[in-house]
Amino acid sequence: MNIFVLLPILIPLITTIGVLLARQRPRLRRNLSLGGAGLLLIIAVELLVLVWRDGIQVIQVGEWAAPFGITLVADLFSAMMVLLAALMGLGVIIYSQATAEQRAEHFGYSALLHFILMGVNGAFLTGDMFNLYVWFELLLIASFVLLVLGGRRDQLEGTFKYVAINLFGSILFLVAVGILYGVAGTLNMADLADQLNSLPSGLVTTLAMLFLVAFGIKAGAFPLFFWLPASYHTAPAALLALFAGLMTKVGVYALVRVFTLFFTQDTGYTHTLILIIAGFTMVTGVLGAVAQTEFRKLLSFHIISQIGYLLMGLGLFTTAALGGAVYFMVHVILAKSALFLVGGIIYKLRGTYNLKQLGGLSILYPGLALLFLIPALSLAGIPPLSGFWAKFALVQAGLAAEQYVIVAVSLGVSLLTLFSMTKIWAEVFWKDQPGKETPVQAISFIPHQAGVSMLLPVGVLAAILVVIGLLAEPLVNLSLLVAGQLLNPADYIETVLGGVL
Amino acid sequence: MEIVLALVIGGLFAGGVYMLLRRNLVKLLVGLILLGHGANLLIFLMGRLIPGRPPLVPVDATHPVGLFADPLPQALVLTAIVIGFGLQAFALVLARRLYQSAHTDDLDQLRTTET
Repeated sequence: MNIFVLLPILIPLITTIGVLLARQRPRLRRNLSLGGAGLLLIIAVELLVLVWRDGIQVIQVGEWAAPFGITLVADLFSAMMVLLAALMGLGVIIYSQATAEQRAEHFGYSALLHFILMGVNGAFLTGDMFNLYVWFELLLIASFVLLVLGGRRDQLEGTFKYVAINLFGSILFLVAVGILYGVAGTLNMADLADQLNSLPSGLVTTLAMLFLVAFGIKAGAFPLFFWLPASYHTAPAALLALFAGLMTKVGVYALVRVFTLFFTQDTGYTHTLILIIAGFTMVTGVLGAVAQTEFRKLLSFHIISQIGYLLMGLGLFTTAALGGAVYFMVHVILAKSALFLVGGIIYKLRGTYNLKQLGGLSILYPGLALLFLIPALSLAGIPPLSGFWAKFALVQAGLAAEQYVIVAVSLGVSLLTLFSMTKIWAEVFWKDQPGKETPVQAISFIPHQAGVSMLLPVGVLAAILVVIGLLAEPLVNLSLLVAGQLLNPADYIETVLGGVL
Repeated sequence: MEIVLALVIGGLFAGGVYMLLRRNLVKLLVGLILLGHGANLLIFLMGRLIPGRPPLVPVDATHPVGLFADPLPQALVLTAIVIGFGLQAFALVLARRLYQSAHTDDLDQLRTTET
């Protein structure tokens, strides 16, 4: 019985209720919201330390032993994702203090943010397939409401597409879970790893494909990503940072979990397919991004492109590759969210996300330009920033596995990523603002009108990106540990089912 | 009985997919609802149908004796129905708001957020 596995779910739930009750009292609501997010971050750090030191932590909910009850499991991968979710949650909640509109807050904006965090953490920690479905639905319903807050026509339209495709994906997920239960007689992930080995591999592969499509929709993998650039860009920047950082990554997490733990019978087929999907996801995402001239749309396409790199690590299916993917996950969540948050600051300064109407910001606010440049160059993979080590690890693993095509694709896509980042740089920061005189000197180093609550999260994210780039070794080692644990699930299975077998 | 249920599920999925491919907002939602029902029935069927044998423990025993119906799929279906109901209700209200704001229910006209 380890309460730390449960707390990352309980704290956001309690915070959500508290924030809802304090709706009429803005100061109390704000303090509760910030306090809850801060506490979650502390707990998440504790959990990671605990799992790192003492091994995998398990709670059998209600003392119903696995595989009969619902199990919550925190292995290194789960704990790491929970920590990232908590970090993003705190950052976005601080940032939202400056940007959230009164109207949105009236409809429960902060409460819903915490609710999403609960759903995300639940999905990361659960050890049961049906429970995973429930967490997915919880975080989806909260994300629906958050996307549509404001009620503008484009929001309604974008959200409707998002709702429709996600409901369809959920139905597929449900069908897959039903059939899985029918053939394996269990839904406990650790137990499934045992049971599926005795089934014909054709049947298992068919099931794996159903899950691949269901999770592929949520993750935004090729060719199932069209909902993402059609809906995300209607949301405000703070929300987008959270969605870009977490929502699609939950899909990737689920894919990694099922395709390392129990869909490993026919890796020659399933994982090669994932590798092909990874290549197409990278290429289509980055090509879509190159064609855009709106800050949020451009970055939305980049989300898809980065998903490709994560899938590449899963598809290669070696310790080095999965380790690279885990490192990439950390890097991309931080870098992507930082970019969206910078976009929000630019919107605050200029009132537009259109690249054509922006300009001159590098002279006016050199500090802001720096804050953009760090995550942008990191995303493109320029050494010594974090993106370089992430891509280096993946490319090296690809070469070791002799998958030269995907390595070539990933390097080419890197180049195009750099190109589209320099496009934002040239349009927003370098060129003169259309119709305005070129200013000769900076107004100030950083834009003071953005305030501490907007600048602090971006600054911290950028600082973390620099640190994990310059001091890459501890994180690389941790990533390899995570990958090792994923590829040798015996420990996981033993810990979950321990009392039973 | 299994055959009948299988046919019903197949019918629900076929109808659901057909409605999903229509251009009308409401028909799309009807399609999703049909698919949801199909999925729920499928889980129920996958738990095997054992009529007339509830999983009850006799007074003097510690576990149910003989063949008995698996209660888990029914618990799963119940959860799925509740979740599906909530999501579908939200989607219906959303569709209505979208119709009021865009003055059309033709999905081909709703392209302003596409890139």
